[in-house]
Formats: sequence, structure tokens, C-alpha cells
Amino acid sequence: MVSIMPNQQGYFGPYGGRYVAETLMAALLEVERCYLQYKGDREFVQEFNGYLKDFGGRETPLYYARRFTEKLGGAKIYLKREDLNHTGAHKINNTLGQVLLAQRMQKERIIAETGAGQHGVATATAAAIFGMSCHVFMGRTDIKRQAHNVFRMKLLGAEVMPVDSGTKTLKDAMNEAMRDWISTVRTTFYVIGSVAGPHPYPRMVRDFQSVIGHETKRQILAKEGRLPDVLVACVGGGSNAMGTFYPFKDDQGVKMVGVEAAGLGLATDKNAASICNGKPGVFHGSKSYLLQDENGQVSEAHSIAAGLDYPGVGPEHSYFHHIKRAEYVAVTDEEALAGFYMLCETEGIIPALESAHAVAHAMQIAPRMDREEIIVVTISGRGDKDLEIVAEYKRS
Amino acid sequence: MSRVEKVFRKLQQKDGKALITYITAGDPTISVSREIILELIRVGADIIELGVPFSDPTADGPVIQAACQRALKGRVTLPDILSLVKDIRRISDIPIILFGYYNPFFVFGPEEICRKAKEAGADGFLVVDLPYEAADELKQYTDQMEMDLISLLAPTSNERRIKMISENARGFLYYISMTGVTGAHHLCGQPTLDTIERIKKVSTVPVAIGFGISAPEQARFAGTVADGVVVGSAIVRIIEENQHSRQLPRKVGEFVAQLRKAV
Repeated sequence: MVSIMPNQQGYFGPYGGRYVAETLMAALLEVERCYLQYKGDREFVQEFNGYLKDFGGRETPLYYARRFTEKLGGAKIYLKREDLNHTGAHKINNTLGQVLLAQRMQKERIIAETGAGQHGVATATAAAIFGMSCHVFMGRTDIKRQAHNVFRMKLLGAEVMPVDSGTKTLKDAMNEAMRDWISTVRTTFYVIGSVAGPHPYPRMVRDFQSVIGHETKRQILAKEGRLPDVLVACVGGGSNAMGTFYPFKDDQGVKMVGVEAAGLGLATDKNAASICNGKPGVFHGSKSYLLQDENGQVSEAHSIAAGLDYPGVGPEHSYFHHIKRAEYVAVTDEEALAGFYMLCETEGIIPALESAHAVAHAMQIAPRMDREEIIVVTISGRGDKDLEIVAEYKRS
Repeated sequence: MSRVEKVFRKLQQKDGKALITYITAGDPTISVSREIILELIRVGADIIELGVPFSDPTADGPVIQAACQRALKGRVTLPDILSLVKDIRRISDIPIILFGYYNPFFVFGPEEICRKAKEAGADGFLVVDLPYEAADELKQYTDQMEMDLISLLAPTSNERRIKMISENARGFLYYISMTGVTGAHHLCGQPTLDTIERIKKVSTVPVAIGFGISAPEQARFAGTVADGVVVGSAIVRIIEENQHSRQLPRKVGEFVAQLRKAV
């Protein structure tokens, strides 16, 4: 059995912790104290579950992908349909939780970083429910490639703050959000979108996202009378994967595979595979695997999926890799696209390019598995936001 | 007694205040950094904070972010910076603190960087994203090698943290004058001075104030209570504006001489 993690200082084995400026320490301690208080509070939990159900649309289906399975001719494939959540991705599970907490903490203002824009939209949505002011930091490159989500955030009353530093993608958006937070920490709650960042975020986001795995477990037991053999989910920062994996962590018969973005290939410098291709480092508040050069300077990541385009990864994934509880693999932009098309054509589901990475890995392993075996693939989001990218890629 | 302690003791005897100056190493090049440091020493800086550039400086404003990028464009590495320290140490006894983010030190190896920095003649470290609770990763080695790991306090630090951090401080305490990133506009007022008074009551080491101090008049005001004043972005801005000019060291010198007079 995996012991209870993280410890009091926020470590998952050697990973995690709280590596931030002193200015933020008081705020992080306050978030931790309030989170621990409310996570056991009946009224809070009821309110959170109520929003997940009546507003978010949970539970999401676990769907047997018959034609996809038959096409591959191996293991039975189920899809956990997080794409059917309100706002189109699993991100809403976490933002509802954090914004409810921010409200309890009497913060007036919400900030968030976003890559693909899904977390930004989910944060703007949660902020709108409670009439809170919301600023979303987003790299200029991502603003261009995810224009659709930028418009959605604006409609929801959020202000999108363009970030022009560095590579102008997710990592730089998070830098800028942290700088904002350092300056506004007394009145502002920072809603981090992944199982990354300083303690208690990796743990808190994992807990809010664990609803994915808990439902999956219940649903597969009802449909198949047993647990799945393999869970597959994509990993950027890793929140949908951790939410899927965590409730199964003590079920040793269940294999877990996190799929990172290999971009143009692991041998090139254009990828976002932090665990497969990186080394331990300290970045954005925690110790974890990181894409970096030999001098400890953080590398630019690349992925066709904006939500995976990040050089770091959540510390608990580094820990699962360290103790070999989960396996981490990577698929390229092209393989992900093949997964994208395959799911569209066989199942009538247009997945997010992030989720298409998980689909692509399932395509690789399913044919080699027995027909009695079961794979669950988490479809973290829907692909509407990616249509332009896919269309452009086909042309080029 | 460490070189940092000696400097403060000497200043205290004549009721003086320490002028602590920051530059990013390798901005715009290592050899120009050397010239600037020699000029800083000449015009009367007491301690040098030598910035180790990092790709993602999350506690810094645009001025120091740009300085890091200029230095990294020139591919400056920790070994280059240690050579620079060695070079300065041959000429001067001025305390040199390596100022940066944890990852470059972590990747170099915490024990290794302390040993190499000590050999080069550096006096300590200030690591922005290594708060008290995580500091032991580096402090176990700086303590062993009698180097100073400078601790930070912020306006958001409560009484418990002030006490805990002050009691374990070495060298001097760095009080961040405002909740914000480096270089932001801030007028240091009476509440800041009151906080410094409170910190000085529990601290066994001198207390310096930094972040947002950009003019001689502000430096003078801050120095009425603090034992030292840190100026960073204002110097780096002059470096940015004159990066292509041969007059660069002189321009920095003129500004720092004014600060010296004020403090």
C-alpha cells in the first residue's frame, strides 16, 4: 500500500514541497489550513458535490467504445467521458472546489493561469457563479492558437491578461500569475489548474479531481464486475491523470499509464515529456521532473496540445514514477493526431488534442492485449477548441 | 567572524549604514560585470549581491527579468560566475553574496556549489525561492562551510515567522519592503520602519531593507532605521539603458555614489 502522501511539508517522497518567496508563505499556509478545515466540513462537501452534479453535470459516463475496440482487435476499451462536463473538460471539477474555498476565505479576486484555455474557462465560469472578479494569465502564443477559449472567458466576465515573456505559453503564464499573486496576495486567491505548484496545491487539486477515479471505479464494477487492467490518461501537469489514478493507487492489479507529449519526438528538443525526458528540478514552487538544460535553466516545451505544452509535471507523478506505481510514456504530435481522427471516426467523439495522446497510447497497447482485458482511457476534454489547429495541420 | 559581519560591525561603530548593491552576473557580459563591480567598490558599496541569472525569475519585475535574459543569451553559467568571484576576490575583500533561484544551485548540487563558491571566495547565498522550511537543503552545507545563507522576511510574515526566521538568521536579514516583485514603485513609509524596528528587537543579526528602493532620498529614509539598504532594479535599469555604451561602469558609479552619500 502506498503510504499517505504528501507529508506535512508537502512532500511525496523526495518530490513536492513549497519553494516560493517568503512573501507567499503566509498565503500558502492559510490556503492549506482552510483547505484542511473545509475538506472535512459536511456543508462544504455537500455544496461542492451539489455544484458538481447540478451545475457541472456529473457524473460523467463510462462508455464502452465498441467500434474502437473492434477496430483494434484487442482489449476492451472504455472511455471516461470528462469531455461531457460543463465547459468541456475535467478542469471544472477543480475550479468549483477552489473557488468555493476562496469564497469561504473571503477573497475578493481570483487569478489563474491557462494554456489551452480550458482551465481559464473553467475558472472564469466558477468565478461567474459567485460574482467574483477574475483575471486569467495566458501566453500570447496560446491566445492566438486558442482564440475560441479567449472569447469564452471574456463572455464569462473574466479579463484575459496577455503574457509576452519567454515562450509566451503556459509556463510564462504561470510565472506572471505568481508575480501577480506576490503583489496582491492579501485579497487574491490563486486557482492553480493542475496538480503542480507549491503545497498544498498538488494535493488539493488531486483531491478535487479524484471524483474521476472514484466514479470510474464504481462504474466499471457495475458494468464488468471487476477493476480494469490498465488506466490511460494524458499528462501535462497531470491533473486528469492523477484524478483518474489516485483512487486506484492501492489496487495493485490495476496498471496506470501516464502519456506525455513527445511533440516532434523525444530525440528532438521539441517535446513536453518531463518525466520521460527530464531530470528532477525545482520550478513553480515544487520539486519534480523538469525539462531543463545542464545548467538548470528551464527549457521551452513543445506540443501540438497547448494544455500539455509545459516543461514541468506534478510532483506526485514524479513520485509514482519513482516508486514505479505508474508508467510514463510519450506519444508524438502525429500519433496524437492519428488518435484524434480514429476516435472521431469510430466513436463519433471529437477529443481534445491533449486527450488524443491517451487515445493514441491505447491504440498502441490494446491490440497486444487479450480480448478479456479492460483499458479505461480518460477523455479529459472535448476537441472543439482544437479544430483550427487540426485543420491547419492537415493542410501543411 | 564572516566578512559580512565585519562590514556591519565596522559600520555600526561609526553609526553608518550598509549600502548593498545588486547586479545580474553576465549582464551584459561577464567582463563588463567585472568592471561594474570594481566601480561599485570604488564608489563605496559595502556588499555585492551578485545575481545568478535564471530563466523563470518569478519574484522579479520586468527590469531584472530582462537582465536575466541578457545574461542567459550570453550563455553565462555558474562556473563563469564563480570565476568572476575569484577574480574580484584577488583585488578586494568586499563581501559577495550569490543571489538567485534554487534550481541552478540544486542542479549543480547543493554541497558542490557551496564548496566551489567557498573556494572562489563568495561569502554566502540568498535564494529567493528557498523559504525557511526548505532552507536546510542548502543551509546544512553553508553552515558547515561557515557561509551565510541570507534569510528573507516580508510584510506578510507574521510574528511567529519573524521570530523563527530571525532567531536562525546568519549574516543579515533581508526585509522585503512591500508585497510585490522587485523594481515595483513603492514609497517606503512609517509602517515599514515600524516593522523593521519590530524585527530588530528579535533579530541577532543586522536588518537590511530592499525591493522598490530606487532613489537616494528613499535610501536615506530607509536607512534611518535599517542597518542596510539594498538597491537592485534601479542599478540594473542604468545597465540596461547603457548596455552598449563604454561609459556604462561610470554611469553606474555616478548613481551609486549618490546613493552612498544619501545612506
